[in-house]
Amino acid sequence: MNVGDLSSAAIGRHLQKNGLVLKIGPFAFRLVSPIDSVAQGLCALYPDYPVLDDSHFVDYTVTIAPGVGWRRWMRRQAIFKFDGAEPFIPLPEEHAFPLLEWSKNWCISMHAHHYRLLHSAVIEREGCAVILPAPPGSGKSTLCAGLVHRGWRLLSDELALISLLDAAITPLGRPISLKNQSIDVINNYVQDAVFSQVVHDTSKGSVSLLKVPSETLQRIGETARPRWVIFPKYVAGSVAKLAARSKANSMLELGRNSFNYMVLGLKGFEVLSKVIDASDCYDFQYSQLDDAVAVFDDLVARRNA
Amino acid sequence: MSTSLLAAVWAQPAQRPQLSFRQWETILGQARQARLIARLARHHLDQGWMSDVPNGPRPHLEGALRLAERQQHEVRWEVDCIRRALLGVDAPVVLLKGAAYLMADLPAAKGRLFADIDLMVPREMIGLVESALLGAGWISDERDPYNQRYYREWMHEIPPLRHVHRNTVIDLHHTITPPTSRFNVDGDKLLAQLALLPACPGFYTLAPTDMVLHSAVHLFQEGEFGHGLRDLLDLNSLLLHFGQVTGYWEALLDRSDELGLQIPLFHALFHIQRLLGTRVAEPLLNRVQKLGPSPVPRMLMAWALGLALQPDHPSCDSRWTGLARWLLYVRSHALRMPFRLVVPHLVRKAWMSRFPKEKNEA
Repeated sequence: MNVGDLSSAAIGRHLQKNGLVLKIGPFAFRLVSPIDSVAQGLCALYPDYPVLDDSHFVDYTVTIAPGVGWRRWMRRQAIFKFDGAEPFIPLPEEHAFPLLEWSKNWCISMHAHHYRLLHSAVIEREGCAVILPAPPGSGKSTLCAGLVHRGWRLLSDELALISLLDAAITPLGRPISLKNQSIDVINNYVQDAVFSQVVHDTSKGSVSLLKVPSETLQRIGETARPRWVIFPKYVAGSVAKLAARSKANSMLELGRNSFNYMVLGLKGFEVLSKVIDASDCYDFQYSQLDDAVAVFDDLVARRNA
Repeated sequence: MSTSLLAAVWAQPAQRPQLSFRQWETILGQARQARLIARLARHHLDQGWMSDVPNGPRPHLEGALRLAERQQHEVRWEVDCIRRALLGVDAPVVLLKGAAYLMADLPAAKGRLFADIDLMVPREMIGLVESALLGAGWISDERDPYNQRYYREWMHEIPPLRHVHRNTVIDLHHTITPPTSRFNVDGDKLLAQLALLPACPGFYTLAPTDMVLHSAVHLFQEGEFGHGLRDLLDLNSLLLHFGQVTGYWEALLDRSDELGLQIPLFHALFHIQRLLGTRVAEPLLNRVQKLGPSPVPRMLMAWALGLALQPDHPSCDSRWTGLARWLLYVRSHALRMPFRLVVPHLVRKAWMSRFPKEKNEA
């Protein structure tokens, strides 16, 4: 059964009582929240995700709770709770749905040390993955959102889950988080794009989440091999262009974009080396999504030639 | 009072827990909150149970093992950095708690997670050691002059020192309890009976009796009980290990008399027996009973600690847990300082948290 098979009333009931258990990539999340915007966001963006019954183990229980005391009524809050603790400061209630997404990222990046965790987007074509690590504001999510609506498969927008055994990348398949002008850019670029309600004045500016293409969830079990590591950067008015980047330097930068490099130690280093060994590394600057798509398609074509 | 799933593991350490998926979720949550997840994992590994753990929970245990392994590697490395920083300082450097268990290869170090490194040096050497550490990059985070003075005047340690590059934290002590505490301990008495650490020259640990007494007084004088169960398991592990040596228990009781730490030892032994089943040998039972406070505080403490030593997790909260933790918090302050000091201090702290100074002012 998928989320879309439940009525919105049933989703709300689950969220308020024992929680709604969703399979998201390789993880099972139990989501608990009485806040309406959480239920609305899930109805809009998660209809194709499987709902799990009681017979499954749940990795993380994420609660988005309302504020207490007078905060129930005025300047209402949304609070992320995990194991009874509050890892983040409370946010305004309107931020509840993006907070849920950030909370899921936190759960994975703090605990899932059976993967090498990179802060990066990952997309795939013909079994070959492109790792797109980049600091916030570099246009990584926009590029990723554009490419996955032009023939590439989305594995993840935020977190690369890399196997410690063979460096294969497991899809996570979560909604893509877009900020500020990117929301309009993708709205114009993607026909019938489904967004969550735009939330203003977050620490990242205005935020909206984009529903993933259905192919992502149909092929959620298919891992991909790392083949390219590309550091994207949006430069206004620039011509889309790849520039080779040294493997050593790329390795350092991937290390910097890691969540659990220190935790995994030598093992983490070895896995990262495997990724870099298997990959061509580039810097990439772009200003127009169509040009970017052409450059990325050309990469695949040249590989096959 | 029901025992948490987590504590039950060590109450019968040889019996493999048979857990449903819901119980696995609960025990992992309790273990994360009590900072015991790596110890839980290590226990499963040592008992040969890891391969029987279902596929769902197993990665959580394995991930925790990786984290603990890495932290232990880092602590060994930090200790070596500290050793090099203090080469020119002619003072015995004593490792306390986790770092001591690790460097002395005690079973209590297995699967233990670390937050900081605790050191103790003679009081008159604090200044020298602090400057040597400063030279190697450890600086005090505490910018507030009131807090600096509070630590240096009233506490058994100076404000935490943080390494500018690595962010590792050292707590530098000159004894194990505040000088104003009801259980104040003369640091020189501890320094007189140190144990050598063959693995790192120039470093020592407390004597086996004092390690247990330190852990006991630390646990029951702390205001925060988030790590209570962890500390209790440390104590249990130390007692089981050192207790194999003939005469250890007698020496422990003698030493508690000598240092005036009978009451913390009593509470520790009471709760270790209650939760983990480790008992004092029959001939000594009478002596242990006499260590404790009078009946009313004894019962009150048994009740409050019984609640506070549970993992700080929603599955363990009863309606009284908050009250018990609050009472123990107040008690910890009353023990650490006489009223004429603690009341102005708590008022000042309340004021400081209510009206924090602008950051750029500091």
